[in-house]
Amino acid sequence: MIRDKLIASLALSAALLLGGCATTTANNPKDPIEGFNRAMFSFNEGLDAAIIKPVSKGYDAVMPPPAKSGVINFFGNISDVFIALNNLIQGKPAEAASDVGRVLINTTIGILGLFDVASDAGLEKHEEDFGQTFGRWGIGPGAYVVIPFFGPRNVRDTAGLILDATVNPIGNIQHTPTRNAFIATHLISKRADLLSADKIIEEAALDKYSYLRDAYVQQRNYLVNDGVLPKKRDEPVAPSIPFTLKDIFK
Amino acid sequence: MKRLFRLVIGFVIFFQIFAATAQEISPDVLIKNITNEVLDIVRHDTDIRSGNTRKAIELIELKMAPHANFTRMTSLAVGKDWRQTTADQRKILVDEFRTLLVRTYAKSLTEYRNQTPYFKPFKMHPTETEVIVRTEVRQSGSKPIQLDYELEKQEDGEWKVFDIYVAGISLVTNYRNSFSQEISAGGIAGLIASLRTKNTQVAKK
Repeated sequence: MIRDKLIASLALSAALLLGGCATTTANNPKDPIEGFNRAMFSFNEGLDAAIIKPVSKGYDAVMPPPAKSGVINFFGNISDVFIALNNLIQGKPAEAASDVGRVLINTTIGILGLFDVASDAGLEKHEEDFGQTFGRWGIGPGAYVVIPFFGPRNVRDTAGLILDATVNPIGNIQHTPTRNAFIATHLISKRADLLSADKIIEEAALDKYSYLRDAYVQQRNYLVNDGVLPKKRDEPVAPSIPFTLKDIFK
Repeated sequence: MKRLFRLVIGFVIFFQIFAATAQEISPDVLIKNITNEVLDIVRHDTDIRSGNTRKAIELIELKMAPHANFTRMTSLAVGKDWRQTTADQRKILVDEFRTLLVRTYAKSLTEYRNQTPYFKPFKMHPTETEVIVRTEVRQSGSKPIQLDYELEKQEDGEWKVFDIYVAGISLVTNYRNSFSQEISAGGIAGLIASLRTKNTQVAKK
C-alpha cells in the first residue's frame, strides 16, 4: 500500500514537471515553469475560496481556543517523532534527544499530546521535515513547483513531502473514514491558523503569486539553515548624495 | 568660588554623559520598548482590534515609523535597479513603498489577539553597526512565530530598523522579484504606477 502510494506520487510529480516544461514562460530563472505554476496556483486558490477557507472559518468560529490548541498539539506531537528522526539523520543528536523527550512527556503527562507541557518545561519545539534534511545534506531546492492541493513546493521538498506522507502514521491508518477524518481535521486546523495571515498578504502583495512564491523560497532557506538569516544582500551604493541625506534626516 | 566652579563643571560633564547614554539606546532595548508600548496601546484599543486600520496607521506613524529607515528599505526592495533611478523617482518610490509597508503593518496590528512577545537573548559587539534583534510571538493554540528586526546604527548613534523578518521571510526583500518583474515590464515608471494603483486600491477598501 505504501509502495503504491509512493509510485503514484512519483508519477504525479514527474507528470507535473513534464507538464510544466511544456508551458514554460521563462521569465525568472528560479521559476522555470511559471506558466504551469500560475495555473495550479489559481486552481488551488479557487479550491480554497470555494471549500477550504469557508470550512476553516467555521472551525475557527466554533472551536474554543483550548480545543484548537489541543488539535494543533495532538498533530504536533505526532510530527515530533519525525522531527526527532530528521534531526538525528541531519547529525543533530542533542536536538533529536530533546524531540524524543518532548514526545515522551507530551504523550504521557500531556495526555496523548493534547497538551504541549514539554514546551512549558523548556523543551523547545523544532521544525524539521525530509525536505529540510535533503537540503542539509547539500541537495539544492530545484525548480519551484505549485502542486495541486498541496500548494508551494520545490522539487526537493516534493520528494520530502512524499517521504513525510509515506512514514506518517495518520496516512497509514487502515480504516479509511478514520484516516480521512484525521487528515481533514489536520488540514482545516492548519488552514484556520492562517486566516489572519491571509488578510495581511492581500494587503501586502502586488502580485499574490510571486509574493507567496518568494516567501516560500525565503522560508525554506531559513528552515534548512535552522533560523540563520541570510547575511548581506547585493545592495547598491546610493550614488546621488543630496536626496539620500535629506531623506534620512528629514 | 573655585569649588563652586568645579561643581558646576562636574554637573555639566555629568549631564553630558547622561544625555549621550540616554540617546544611544541599544537596539534590543529599542525594539523591546517600542513593542511593549505599541502592544499596550493595541490591547486597550477596541477600535484597532476590531479592524480600524486608519487608527492603527496613526499609531505606527507616531511610535514606529520614526525608528525605521524607509529609504534603505526601498533600495533593498528595488535591488540593483535602484542605481538607475533618478532622485525624483526615488522620492516617489520611497513614499509609495512606505505607504504600502505601513498599511500592511497596520493590518497585522488589527489582527492582534493577545499574543505575547518574547525577546530572545541579545549580544552585540560595540563596534557593530548592523545587528539583528530576535523576538518571538507566542500565542496559545498556535505555533510561535519568529519575528526578527534588522537595525543599522545612524551617525548620531541612534538605531533604525531597515528590515523585518516574519518566520524568516523578509518583508522588504520579498518584494524584490515582483519589483524587478514590474521594472522589466514597464521600467521604473511602471513600478511606480503599480505601487500607486495598489495603494489607492487598498485605501478604498
